[in-house]
Amino acid sequence: MKFNSPVETNLFDDAKIIGKPTQRVDGPLKVTGTAPYAYERNDAAPDALYGYPLGAAIGHGRITAMDAEAARNAPGVRAVVTTLDIDPLEKGMNNVARLFGGNEVQHYHQAIAVVVAETFEQARAAAARIDVTYEEGEAADLDLDAAFRRVEGSGEPDTLFGDVDAAFRDAAVVTDQMYHTPGESHTMMEPHASTVDWSDGGDMTVWTSNQMINWNHQSIATTFGIEPERIRVESPYVGGGFGAKLWLRADAVLAALGSRAAGVPVKLALPRPMVMNNTTHRSATVQRIRLAANPDGTLKGIWHEAAAYCLPGGRGENATAQTPIFYAGETRRVKNHVLDMPLPETADMRAPGEASGLMALEIAMDEMAEALEMDPVRFRIINDTQVNPSDPDIPFSDRHFVECLERGAEAFGWAERNTSAGGRRDGDWLIGHGVAGAYRGALVLPSGARAILDGGKLIIETDMTDIGTGSYTIIAQTAAETMGMSLDDVEMRMAHSAYPVSSGSGGQFGAPSSTSGVYAACMALREKIAGNLGLQDPTFADGNVVSGETRMSLSDINEEVSAEDAIEWGDFQDGYAMGTFGAHFVEVGVHAYTGETRVRRMLAVCDAGRILNPVTARSQVIGGMVMGVGAALSEDMALDRGRGFFANHDMASYEVAVHADIPDQQVIFLDTLDGVATPLKAKGVGELGLCGAAPAVANAMYNATGIRVRDYPLTMDKFIDQLPSI
Amino acid sequence: MRAFSYEKPANPSEAVARAAEVEGAKFLAGGTNLLDLMKHEIEAPAHVIDVNGLGLDEVTETEDGGLRIGTLVTNTALSAHPRIRRDYPVLTRAIAAGATGQLRNKATTGGNLLQRTRCPYFFDTNMPCNKRSPGSGCGALTEGAFSRQLGVIGTSSSCIATHPSDMAVAMRVLDAIVETVTPSGMTREIAVEDLHLLPGDTPERETALMPGELITHVRLPAPVGGTQAYHKVRDRASYAFALVSVALVRQADGTGRVALGGVAPKPWRRADADAQLPNGAAAVMSVLLDGATPTEENAFKLTLAERTLAAMLKEA
Repeated sequence: MKFNSPVETNLFDDAKIIGKPTQRVDGPLKVTGTAPYAYERNDAAPDALYGYPLGAAIGHGRITAMDAEAARNAPGVRAVVTTLDIDPLEKGMNNVARLFGGNEVQHYHQAIAVVVAETFEQARAAAARIDVTYEEGEAADLDLDAAFRRVEGSGEPDTLFGDVDAAFRDAAVVTDQMYHTPGESHTMMEPHASTVDWSDGGDMTVWTSNQMINWNHQSIATTFGIEPERIRVESPYVGGGFGAKLWLRADAVLAALGSRAAGVPVKLALPRPMVMNNTTHRSATVQRIRLAANPDGTLKGIWHEAAAYCLPGGRGENATAQTPIFYAGETRRVKNHVLDMPLPETADMRAPGEASGLMALEIAMDEMAEALEMDPVRFRIINDTQVNPSDPDIPFSDRHFVECLERGAEAFGWAERNTSAGGRRDGDWLIGHGVAGAYRGALVLPSGARAILDGGKLIIETDMTDIGTGSYTIIAQTAAETMGMSLDDVEMRMAHSAYPVSSGSGGQFGAPSSTSGVYAACMALREKIAGNLGLQDPTFADGNVVSGETRMSLSDINEEVSAEDAIEWGDFQDGYAMGTFGAHFVEVGVHAYTGETRVRRMLAVCDAGRILNPVTARSQVIGGMVMGVGAALSEDMALDRGRGFFANHDMASYEVAVHADIPDQQVIFLDTLDGVATPLKAKGVGELGLCGAAPAVANAMYNATGIRVRDYPLTMDKFIDQLPSI
Repeated sequence: MRAFSYEKPANPSEAVARAAEVEGAKFLAGGTNLLDLMKHEIEAPAHVIDVNGLGLDEVTETEDGGLRIGTLVTNTALSAHPRIRRDYPVLTRAIAAGATGQLRNKATTGGNLLQRTRCPYFFDTNMPCNKRSPGSGCGALTEGAFSRQLGVIGTSSSCIATHPSDMAVAMRVLDAIVETVTPSGMTREIAVEDLHLLPGDTPERETALMPGELITHVRLPAPVGGTQAYHKVRDRASYAFALVSVALVRQADGTGRVALGGVAPKPWRRADADAQLPNGAAAVMSVLLDGATPTEENAFKLTLAERTLAAMLKEA
């Protein structure tokens, strides 16, 4: 199906299933512990042995010798493969550092050996017996601040329009500040894990935990130099990804090498202390933001320059992602620098770009509102835009940012907020309120599916994944709606490389893309059924196909009918700016003596087109808000600058928010429809809840204390000296 | 984890006798710390003596009106004990501030006192650590290292690790006494003040216990009364080790006792700092933290400790 023009009316306008609150269809499997996760594929590979990885012990350099004799002779050990045993493997999609092979160490905990043994404990103990000799690389300068200062102002701007210099020269009010965000780790509950059967070195089956079946499939083929047809990839259940599982990682590679060496299926999960440095993370950023405004609050100019780090050839966080498009203003200068540093690999993490960028930009907006002596809600409303500011001929497909702010302000009680920074107290707690805008692009990708009608049952096959987001449920809802069947009649088969290629899960493109692909497949199936029955333009409702006087139950069609199709996105979308929008409102308490900060309540208002399932969508948004609390208050990959590794590499010392940190959370979805975005008029919402949540906390903290902290996380060590004297 | 042999003796004297006989033996109680350390091979005992069959899990009254706590009383049971709640509330509050409900259900009184530091360089066996591997250096004291969580006082150029316990800080402020059985079967008493050693140039030596010596009880003297409070400061609201914690007992006349957690290799208390309590938080800390040698990253703990105590004194 080609999506070639905005959709006006279609069957979803009278939806009975899509858009209705629906519990997860896979919920019972999960709460009973019977959903087969990658490391527990006892159903598929009951004889799998245990693989255990060894990570490099230095930041960068090379290995001069490895002695694995003791490991090979250890009890229960069936195979040991060291990185010196094989040539460097080819790199899969977006793998920047090698996953295995050769003597070079590019980052701490890079995989350098795998041990296969009969028990997990034997494999782990043997891995510790491998003796490695290193030659450490030259110490590197890992000071991102200093690196930013060296490159500031250099290079062609990524976005440049209007006379920026004049705007800043002539503006009534100008702000100019530096902001810092730290490295962040995805810290999903399930670490990277795979079970692989490559026993005979021929065909390979990979049961893995991955967000993208097709990318993973292709990457395995590339990495090992074998034909994709010989590889089967399954990832039916994923215990969280947040971008960490977009790409092939060492778990699958080591399990495959271990399986081939031992001649048996092997399962391997990355030990938690290895996840942070072995896999990818969101790079830290340094950002300088200058705003110029007229006395009436309209922005004259936005100047945003940022830097992030990555390994040579990699991608760092682009914290300026939202800046060209989010707010109005006649001039703009935007530049992101990605600087090479020998640190663990950086890549996508939930809302890559906007999450970090809004952490700075939305503080800057708060600062400008204050400088203008203007309500920060009002200031954002004034600077709304319905067109791409850099190209006014490009309208937003559907944008209700102002409504998000207004609805949120009303629901939150913004009028009763504290209006004098540091001026409201509840016992020892300073109370403050903050707002921030939310923006995240609305990307869509091609996505395919197969729909099969078989004896009154509708079977959907697609390689789409469900990473805890609710894909099984919304796709089943889409299929049932399109076929006029009940949800109970739909059987979902997903996340298998034998099924049609979907968008996969990431970048909040999964829900809008994959449901569109399933819609396309179901429409093709309807057409086939109509053709088989010789019916003209039939309707499908209540389990029947109806045309004129003919009415037939779909369960009476004996022969299996199957159709496959994919959604393809037409160029017409290039004529629009597509995004999702929101507003976050937060109340915090800051302990006046200790600087401990606790969030007291949070509200998010979201504009993301049709909400396909309010139950799973709300879960996504409140999850994003929780991640935003962590980003604001505690999450910080602690860089050991001398050794070039992240020292707090476990869940005890990298502090994500815990239950006690999370107060009452409210989510309001605006009842919007975006016919430019998808046939379902839906956009993604999985990342929007994070965007803007952290700076809303930051602005509330400022409002509580009168102290502006621009360096995340906003821990008391950064401002305790400025708290009221005791 | 290295392979080890295992036994579960029936009484304390058998346990210490076996510990004396078998080289490299370790006692296992709740296992919330030792098992983790064994998985990382930070601890690699050749023999594990499981003391969970020894009884020693009751709280009894002593003649002087105090309490005698069996070493295997769980943190959950101890914090909820009616006498503790009534007469030693600082201990209840300190225990409840630590770890999680699941961990407190397993963790024991003696084991809590003997838990080891959470310094990231101690936990990562690729890193130098004088405590884990004497003579290898201190990973946390090199240029650019991560030291925000670590100690500011009582530390040395060999080691800046902290003792992570909350319970121990309350025990210290209550002047608890540890009862042990030595490898030769003798019983002895050690004031909790003297249980933990400062690192000096031997940070691998952490307690005054002899090899194979077993804690059997922890004794609390008669209740000291006063207003008792424990304030644990951390970045997130739960399930994190203290940046700074303060245990306070304050009498109506303004005198009292104060001990700090999160700042030193042992619960940190000084009698001459206690004496400054009537003069306020700044006076206390000028004595209690005198001689502190923080790193650039953790110097804030000095300010934080004073401000935390100030908040508590205002309430007390």
